[in-house]
Amino acid sequence: MTALDFDIAHLLAGLLVLVSFMLLYQDRMFALLNVFALHAIALSLAVGWQAWIQRAPHLYVTAAIALTFKGLIIPVALHRIVVRLGIHRSVETVGGIGLTMLAGIGLVALSIVVMLPVTAVASSIGQEDLAFALSVVLLGLLMMVTRRNAVSQVVGFMSLENGLVLAATGARGMPLVVEISVGFSILIAFFVIGIFLFRIRERFDTVDLQALDMSRGEQE
Amino acid sequence: MTVAELAAIGVLASPGLGALVLLVLPGYRLAALLNVTFCAVTLACTALLYGLRPPAGTYLAVDDLNTVFLIVNGLVGLSTSVFSAGYIAHELQTRHLARRHVRFYHAMYQFLMLSMNLALLADNVGLMWVAVEAATLTTVVMVGIYRTPAALEAAWKYFILGSVGIALALFGTILVYLAAQPTLGEGLPAMAWSRLVASSAAFDPALLNLAFVFLLLGYGTKIGLAPMHAWLPDAHAEGPTPISAVLSGLLLNVALFALLRFKLIMAGNAGVLSPGPLMMTLGLVSLILAGLMMYRRRDIKRLFAYSSIEHMGIITFAFGLGGPLANFAGLLHMAMHSLTKSAIFFGVGYVAQLEGTQRIADIRGLTRSAPLLGWVWLAGVVAIAGLPPFGVFTSEFLVVTSAFARAPWLALPLAAGLTIAFGALLLRAHEIAFGETTKQHRLPAWRLLPMAAHLLVVAIAGVFIPEPIVAWFRHVAQVLGG
Repeated sequence: MTALDFDIAHLLAGLLVLVSFMLLYQDRMFALLNVFALHAIALSLAVGWQAWIQRAPHLYVTAAIALTFKGLIIPVALHRIVVRLGIHRSVETVGGIGLTMLAGIGLVALSIVVMLPVTAVASSIGQEDLAFALSVVLLGLLMMVTRRNAVSQVVGFMSLENGLVLAATGARGMPLVVEISVGFSILIAFFVIGIFLFRIRERFDTVDLQALDMSRGEQE
Repeated sequence: MTVAELAAIGVLASPGLGALVLLVLPGYRLAALLNVTFCAVTLACTALLYGLRPPAGTYLAVDDLNTVFLIVNGLVGLSTSVFSAGYIAHELQTRHLARRHVRFYHAMYQFLMLSMNLALLADNVGLMWVAVEAATLTTVVMVGIYRTPAALEAAWKYFILGSVGIALALFGTILVYLAAQPTLGEGLPAMAWSRLVASSAAFDPALLNLAFVFLLLGYGTKIGLAPMHAWLPDAHAEGPTPISAVLSGLLLNVALFALLRFKLIMAGNAGVLSPGPLMMTLGLVSLILAGLMMYRRRDIKRLFAYSSIEHMGIITFAFGLGGPLANFAGLLHMAMHSLTKSAIFFGVGYVAQLEGTQRIADIRGLTRSAPLLGWVWLAGVVAIAGLPPFGVFTSEFLVVTSAFARAPWLALPLAAGLTIAFGALLLRAHEIAFGETTKQHRLPAWRLLPMAAHLLVVAIAGVFIPEPIVAWFRHVAQVLGG
């Protein structure tokens, strides 16, 4: 394994972090979905590169799943759902974009501070990879808490899950990686079908979770 | 193939087959009967494992720790299936559930049992993670089965928070693999729990520390520990009551079991920070927070959902404290809580069906309107509040005394939390059981059977625990270490 291999792996993982930041400030639904597709493509490149340098052909399956399922099928499906639900105008963000970006930078700094000293001793393939993966996971979490809309929460969750797949492929020789990525895809399909069914079958007036809170039993 | 191997396979095969059969089987009565039958077979298989130990396989292993959880699982699973038969029949009559939903419900019930048993039997931390997630997703679907806006909101919230828990636990699992990989080599061995425990002394402590934080947050969400508990009351209140009973009685335990597995890995390494204080802190916070929250509940199922958070807090605290006595108390409390809380939920299910509401303010004078149900249910509440002569008193007493012996300063908030929750429960139970009412309900006595059986076991355990069971629990407490 050469230094160039590492550099390219870091480049691709860093690209994923960058796209995570781009997700944070999207306030248009369609733009959000497009950037997410980019996120998934960046992931499939990163995973594909790991498969190449680790000589682990099964990881190509994971990369292919990321590319076709998360990069193509899910964004297209969500796109159609957004149109059907009539929520394509804008995405409200809680707390403002500037503050969210600052929090995101803080989280990335945190994950680098936490992961780099820890993994320095471990002979893993790329310790920086793990720090990047944790950054993506934390940025996904941040996105889930700052968004109120069900569709953008799902996008936040999917970006978080991309970070997990990155971490799992970075851990050399880890078993069950492909199975886990398939499992996650099924989970996401559940999410998407869930949003779709709630609206179409049960005639929900909104997928805004703040409005859903009102229907809880505790308010009188 | 030996009997032990057959039993271990049966623990998984019986619910697996059950899920398939019930998925295709139309007709409610036969399905309910078969649901009970498959649960009974599963219980029989788990009971066989009490004495027999099949040789460990690549992915699955039966050991002293998981047999306790498996047997509690089998027991509560069986009685809940009996309760569920009557409960679902009523939901069909009142048209709360459609027939096709009931078929789906029964298949999902067996699938839930399968995934919980798989999580317990798994000797591979990756497989355990997959199984816990499968169990979580199954309950998500079942919580939303009524399709009301409130049920869908509860299911969605559970889904989102559960998924975050899923994600954090997986990250922790990956970190454990990374810590183990230099010692155990690449591939499967570095994820096999028995190998991990045996050689954890050589792992990198810093990596293990970080992993445990993620695992504690991830599986802690599933246990319902505060502040990650937000999904739990909603999921309990809006789903069908048999699912509330299984959630509180079993699924929370399974998540705790996963955490205990990792605690044991941590225990083998001298350089890591001790997981005990972290677990104790989260346990105490959950206990006190849930106790306070119980005063403001207006929904009867939410009240007992918060009570579950409280008790999971106590159990997590006990295991965090560690040592033979506290572990023994934690195990006993876990078993007692599973039995008592599921019995209370059976009662709550009948109450909600008879009264047609879950609002506490509308449920009054239960001991007069339905005397038998009222008194048995009240016995359950008295038991869960921690009063003698019930087993919950014994286990809570042991937790408090071991806390006084080992960490006197922590015993104070522990006792305070117990008292707060005690007050809230008795306050609410008093209104429900003894208020003025003019209603009269009819409920066949046999339908109280699962509930009464659970409470009888709990009452007996409060007075006298048979020697073999004490020895068994003591041995498992020893395994769980300091």
